Amino acid sequence: MPETVSRGIGSSTVGRKILMAVTGQMMILFAVIHVVGNSTIYFSGLNSYAEHLHELVPLVWATRFVMLPALLLHVFFGVQLALENNSAKESGYSVNTNLRSTFASRNMIWSGTLIAAFLVYHLMHFTFQVISPEAAASANADALGRPDVAGMVIYALRSYVVSLVYIFSLTGLFLHLAHGAQSSFQSLGLSNEGAEPAISKGGYSVALVIFIAYVLIPVLVVLGIVKG
Amino acid sequence: MILDGKCPSGPLAEKWSRHRNDLKLVNPANKRKYRIIVVGAGLAGASAAASLGELGYNVEAFCSQDSPRRGHSIAAQGGINAAKNYPNDGDSVFRLFHDTIKGGDFRAREANVYRLAEVSNSIIDQCVAQGVPFARDYAGYLDNRSFGGAQVSRTFYARGQTGQQLLLGAYSALSRQQAAGTVRLHPRSEMLDLVVVDGKARGITVRDMVTGEVSSYAADAVCLCTGGYANVFYLSTNAMGSNVTATYRAYKKGAFFANPCYTQIHPTCIPASGDYQSKLTLMSESLRNDGRVWVPKQKSDNRPVSEIPDEERDYYLERKYPSFGNLAPRDIASRSAKEVCDEGQGIGTSGRGVYLDFADSIKRLGQDAIRERYGNLFEMYERITGEDAYKQPMRIYPAPHYTMGGLWVDYNLESNVPGLFVLGEANFSDHGANRLGASALMQGLADGYFVIPYTIANFLARTTPGEVPSEHEEFRKSREEVDALTKRLLSIKGTRTVNEFHRELGRIMWDNVGMARSQQSLERALQRIPELRAEFWEDVQVTGSGAELNQELERAGRVADFLEFGELMARDALQRRESCGGHFREEFQTEDGEARRDDENFSYVAAWESKGVGRNPELHKEPLEFEDVTLAVRSYK
Amino acid sequence: MDLTLMVWRQKSADAPGKLDQYAAKGISREMSFLEMLDVVNEGIVKAGGDPIAFDHDCREGICGTCSQVINGVPHGIEERTTVCQLHMRHFKDGDTIYIEPWHGKAFPVVRDLIVDRSALDRLIQSGGYVSVHTGGVPDANAILIPKGDADTAMDAAECIGCGACVAACPNGSAMLFVAAKVTQLASLPQGRVEASERVRGMIDKMSDEGFGNCSNHYECQAACPKGVKVSFIAKLNREYMKSWF
Repeated sequence: MPETVSRGIGSSTVGRKILMAVTGQMMILFAVIHVVGNSTIYFSGLNSYAEHLHELVPLVWATRFVMLPALLLHVFFGVQLALENNSAKESGYSVNTNLRSTFASRNMIWSGTLIAAFLVYHLMHFTFQVISPEAAASANADALGRPDVAGMVIYALRSYVVSLVYIFSLTGLFLHLAHGAQSSFQSLGLSNEGAEPAISKGGYSVALVIFIAYVLIPVLVVLGIVKG
Repeated sequence: MILDGKCPSGPLAEKWSRHRNDLKLVNPANKRKYRIIVVGAGLAGASAAASLGELGYNVEAFCSQDSPRRGHSIAAQGGINAAKNYPNDGDSVFRLFHDTIKGGDFRAREANVYRLAEVSNSIIDQCVAQGVPFARDYAGYLDNRSFGGAQVSRTFYARGQTGQQLLLGAYSALSRQQAAGTVRLHPRSEMLDLVVVDGKARGITVRDMVTGEVSSYAADAVCLCTGGYANVFYLSTNAMGSNVTATYRAYKKGAFFANPCYTQIHPTCIPASGDYQSKLTLMSESLRNDGRVWVPKQKSDNRPVSEIPDEERDYYLERKYPSFGNLAPRDIASRSAKEVCDEGQGIGTSGRGVYLDFADSIKRLGQDAIRERYGNLFEMYERITGEDAYKQPMRIYPAPHYTMGGLWVDYNLESNVPGLFVLGEANFSDHGANRLGASALMQGLADGYFVIPYTIANFLARTTPGEVPSEHEEFRKSREEVDALTKRLLSIKGTRTVNEFHRELGRIMWDNVGMARSQQSLERALQRIPELRAEFWEDVQVTGSGAELNQELERAGRVADFLEFGELMARDALQRRESCGGHFREEFQTEDGEARRDDENFSYVAAWESKGVGRNPELHKEPLEFEDVTLAVRSYK
Repeated sequence: MDLTLMVWRQKSADAPGKLDQYAAKGISREMSFLEMLDVVNEGIVKAGGDPIAFDHDCREGICGTCSQVINGVPHGIEERTTVCQLHMRHFKDGDTIYIEPWHGKAFPVVRDLIVDRSALDRLIQSGGYVSVHTGGVPDANAILIPKGDADTAMDAAECIGCGACVAACPNGSAMLFVAAKVTQLASLPQGRVEASERVRGMIDKMSDEGFGNCSNHYECQAACPKGVKVSFIAKLNREYMKSWF
């Protein structure tokens, strides 16, 4: 076989899928850690968690330093691959019959777009705190003098509209992970005929658990069960 | 004319190696100056094009399919023979040679068959090196199975898809040469004429099947690897696209057609279910190991199987051939099925079918054992017929499968037209009057990988490269002839479709030049075929134009050739007043209905020279001499 | 039975195409799908029209030539079946059947239901072979191959190159086709030597030919008439990663 210069990982079809899978799995890991931290809200520990987190400045910045490029890479390649896929198959058939693909797998670009939009909103809301400045944690201290993160969250999620935005966006996250989690194993070659059904189910379960863990917060707040 | 097969002298076992030492060579630097045309991309064509490309020749390859991976070699199921003797069961090159020449009823050329057996081992080595996934045992060694007509296990196989795997191997070698630039492949191109200049084959004229463009290609040598002509019967196990056009048009340009009457009818195929039927599907012969063949004793007995008691069934193979029973050889099993159906005992709506019953084996061995042995075949049968063969017997009937006849070639695979080489099923050379199972794949690859690279050099070494340019007058004439034929076909605008004519021709051939032939039936065919041909040229309807993708036009051209070729087949069958292998003349049989060969008068190859349509072709003979085998009568009682 | 066919008609690659309606009358249950089309075509020819052009050859499910999308599914809804082996008993009297060519940028329409699949051949040319010269190879039993590896190679080699995987893929990707060839050769010692060049060459070529990217929808496996598995795609991905080390 004559030796030829091959494309780099970043321009190869499989190479980019591998990068998608790696960055995707990083973000899943982030989502898991994030939701574990968030769960402190149930036993009034959110403010303390937030305070401790912010004391670990290097860790916070290191995470941001890693996650932001991962996110950008994931978004960039996701959009690029989707555009290529669209042009590789411009039209479907007169009768639409899906054999194995799912609603989730066919709409990754849309669930991804929804997540991206939500991410911007979510950061503006709770990180930069510019959406409802009156309840901003940075402006309100709790009884112990810490920034009142829990108060900010509960204040926001008490609104039906805001809760619905969160619930809707989290559904997008669920769809994205329902396909993405298992798909990442395939892209990384971590699958075979025997393991494939287990990976499919496992990926779906991960997505479901993450979804439930996240969605409980706005649901319980809006129902008045979690009051802070 | 007495033809000379140009077999080398010397002891049988040394002929090929001695001959190779005598053959002329082409200097490596000069090879690229020679252009070789290879038509067809089945096993023979793909392996030839790849090997010649590897050597450095300039190869122009043509195939009618959209890809060279689709030649009909792909459909071969069983396996490929080789004299490796891996199982230590006594096989040898001589035994493979002997079985093949005996299986062919002593109507093949000794030296060719011996060479085939000799190179068989290299084929297996080559295919393994290419990554062909042959079956292996748990120790990692290659596995063998046994096959009809042999007492040793010498058949290598890749599940039930040996032909597919071997073809993909040859296709990968061809692809490698395409990437290297030595082979230029022209898919969806149909050869419609051979261009002969001053008695030498100098090129071909092809039609681009997408655009309809007719163009000519000049070369220093032409290799035809275009398969067999079983589709003259309309219904056969061949692919829809298999046809005689390339070889037949070469015949019309002077190449001799040898032994066209030798056709093989395979006994275990799924019967036709109606007039619309377009092809017949083969079921592996191995089924006869556990299935019992029978028909009802009563004529036109329409009762369901369950209501026919055992004593009212005629297990005719067991009755007629008590020692071989259901395992009688292909030709005998086929002929017997035809006989009982002719008697009116056939089953199914058409009355053209017999039962292959597994009930006894299932009772004896259990359904699981049968499933393990034949599961995939039962599945295939159900996919096609919708019937469950575990619950009711299979229906089978013989079908045309392979054609031993083909263009005449000498030991170098060169036809009587210098520069025209013929490989694989398209030539006549190695199988005599009957081919053994698992030998077709062997021959195709032997010719392409291990014979033509040597013999073609000997021809080219004596040829100046590019002697005749494609601007030569003959190429223009050839294109005009092809265009004229197309115009003629399109201008008839009759009332019957090409398929209707083909079906009708098939019926004539099957009834009169099929499994059993007689002087009377052959004369009937010789009268009926020209009549049908005349009707065709008056009443066929071919729509569309020549300047576009036109599948009706493609078919029309092929059927037009079959309508002439059928006559040649019948004529050949008529002159061969003996029965041998796949050619059974009712007048020449023993008292028990077995084939009676006539070695004294018919131990020759019949090679026909065209004298034009409607004129009697001239018969030339190549006497067959046997130095190393004793001619014997086959008996399976 | 009587059926209504909606068939894609397109004169040539550049001509516009559309679905035309045909009546298929008196169709027998025993017919294969292609034989049903033969009957319809004979009717069209008798009426002086251009018959529906479609690719087909062996009609026994092995050559990979036939290629039609029937009611949105390549080769029709019957599992592990090519069009030529699909039989009319799976349809009912009065059914309307949509018949379309393979879709995909890498498979331009040639005419009606015929598409140009030569891109698949070019994928093989970009590395789907073992670089072995004819002759001069060792004895077939000189290199032992564990039965498991030989079986994996054979499972992958079942591919008939019909392109149904590409036609079924929402992205028009040829990953299953490439994966099958890469797996076959990478499972055998004879193919291991060039495994890196092969996997990168074929993967790059896939993009050059206009095939899409794999999104792991697994439509390909579901549509494959030979049941080639998506686990080979995982293997392909592993081979790709391996090629960098």
